Amino acid sequence: MEYEQVASISQVAALIFFIVLFAGVVLYAFWPGNKKRFDEAARLPLEDDPESDNEKDS
Amino acid sequence: MAATSQRDEWKALGDILAIGAAAFLVILGLVLAVAGADLVMKFHGCLLLGASGLALLYMLAQFVESREPADTSGYADGVIRAGVIATVFWGVAGFLVGDIIAWQLAFPVLNFDLPWTNFGRLRPLHTSAVIFAFGGNALIATSFYVVQRTCRARLAGKWSPWFVFWGYQLFIVLAATGYLLGVTQSKEYAEPEWYVDLWLTAVWVVYFLVFVATIAKRKEPHVYVANWFYLAFIVTIAMLHIVNNLAVPVSLLGTKSYVLYSGVQDAMTQWWYGHNAVGFFLTAGFLGMMYYFVPKRAERPIYSYRLSVVHFWSLIFIYIWAGPHHLHYTALPDWAQTLGMTFSIILWMPSWGGMINGLMTLSGAWDKLRTDPVIRMLIVAVAFYGMSTFEGPLMSIKSVNSLSHYTDWTIGHVHSGALGWVAYISFGALYCLVPWLWHRKALYSQRLVEWHFWVSTLGIVLYITSMWVSGILQGLMWRAYDSLGFLEYSFVETVEAMHPFYVIRAIGGLLFVIGALLMAYNLWRTARGDQPVDATDQPSVAAAPEFRPGEYTAPAE
Repeated sequence: MEYEQVASISQVAALIFFIVLFAGVVLYAFWPGNKKRFDEAARLPLEDDPESDNEKDS
Repeated sequence: MAATSQRDEWKALGDILAIGAAAFLVILGLVLAVAGADLVMKFHGCLLLGASGLALLYMLAQFVESREPADTSGYADGVIRAGVIATVFWGVAGFLVGDIIAWQLAFPVLNFDLPWTNFGRLRPLHTSAVIFAFGGNALIATSFYVVQRTCRARLAGKWSPWFVFWGYQLFIVLAATGYLLGVTQSKEYAEPEWYVDLWLTAVWVVYFLVFVATIAKRKEPHVYVANWFYLAFIVTIAMLHIVNNLAVPVSLLGTKSYVLYSGVQDAMTQWWYGHNAVGFFLTAGFLGMMYYFVPKRAERPIYSYRLSVVHFWSLIFIYIWAGPHHLHYTALPDWAQTLGMTFSIILWMPSWGGMINGLMTLSGAWDKLRTDPVIRMLIVAVAFYGMSTFEGPLMSIKSVNSLSHYTDWTIGHVHSGALGWVAYISFGALYCLVPWLWHRKALYSQRLVEWHFWVSTLGIVLYITSMWVSGILQGLMWRAYDSLGFLEYSFVETVEAMHPFYVIRAIGGLLFVIGALLMAYNLWRTARGDQPVDATDQPSVAAAPEFRPGEYTAPAE
């Protein structure tokens, strides 16, 4: 295969791959069914359980 | 009972493996110390021998007395406290060396005409100290903190997290002493020689395993976005480090090696590594920090979790292609240069998406910027992230790059990211972490945080503005022709023109060092348990969780 052929095939393949990938990410992020899960996840840093059972010192 | 004894057996096996590994390193260190082909290798053999010998003795003592840590049910915070101390120490050291070389550039006599203190050896000492020692320790410590809290799981492994911490410090010492003694493979940000690279690889693989094993035993169904960023940082740095540092040592007992690549392939591999060190070490890792500490300190969830998902995936898939913009107008094929430029410009989108996500987390609580200097530091860091990720793509455009490349503009750009974004987000995280980890009711002094903020912000502004002026001046002087087509200025004339800006830059750096010293003092007083001078001015989130009002009083309903 010529270099130009390899180049054009890989360019098109990469273009399609990344666009499909990006569309997948956006769909996943904005899928209505995922909203509840993401809303809960967003609160994760704020809901530290009481740290009384932490190792106090070491 | 059976389950317990089985667990004890696993623990004993883990102890024996750790002791065996330390014994192996003692032997290796001994061999290198005795049979090393050059003095630096002998010296580094002694360092390895000393470090692994101490580790071996400590573990043997623990094993023989079968001493167990008092409590292994909670979070493992000891290693994080050590990481916080190391971060502050290396930060001050790295900033100080940076300022020394800034003064050297203004007044070259300050290199004292000694090989160990000349600019060429101190410069990698500065870059490695601030990026890998300060930044790396900040990332390891905060990632261990964040992954435990957001997974509600104790850090995996008994010795492994401590191996990651001490192994990483040994890597820093080996690299730094090597630079000063003239051992380098001359790859920017990858200067350590082959054997130090191998050591870092071992440490990094254990770091990866500890992080992933902690995620694997999480009690939360969802893996919080900060952990995704930290994981991307760990995995990608492993890949970059291994590929860029492939080299053939001259002798297994000597320091010298030859890099596997040559010519333009070497340059491209180097800048694929170099730019992704920016993208995954200095960006993705610290974004992990942002996604935990900004919401935590602001006591509000991140502005949009959905945006953070898009931010993550688009950032990691785009950053990896931006490297060629470091090689505009070189022997690199044109299409590769254009590819690097195009992907750098596309990076505007995820970068600004992430910045908006961080900034808007404060939406409805902007008053905290006025009352809490720690959140101000975190938010100004995010603003600097936005600014330098705007400037970067701009400078990657070929026609802009033809003016900016090889000039001080690049140095100014790097420092607006490094001082404004990386250091500020780390300072903010440190101010949060010290009272939380040492179980204090507040920081020792919030007024000192204010002073730190304003002194170092002034320092950053002096630094980046002087470098803008100096860089553009330099670029314009280099390309100025007279009416006959000759270059208008000799090189030394452009150097002379830089002098006032180098002095301003060094003053800015000095202010930044002073700010870091204020922080070190403040954190030391906090950790020591001194009575805070202005506890009533501080938000309740400044206190360790057990001292926050309302956190425990409400009974479960």
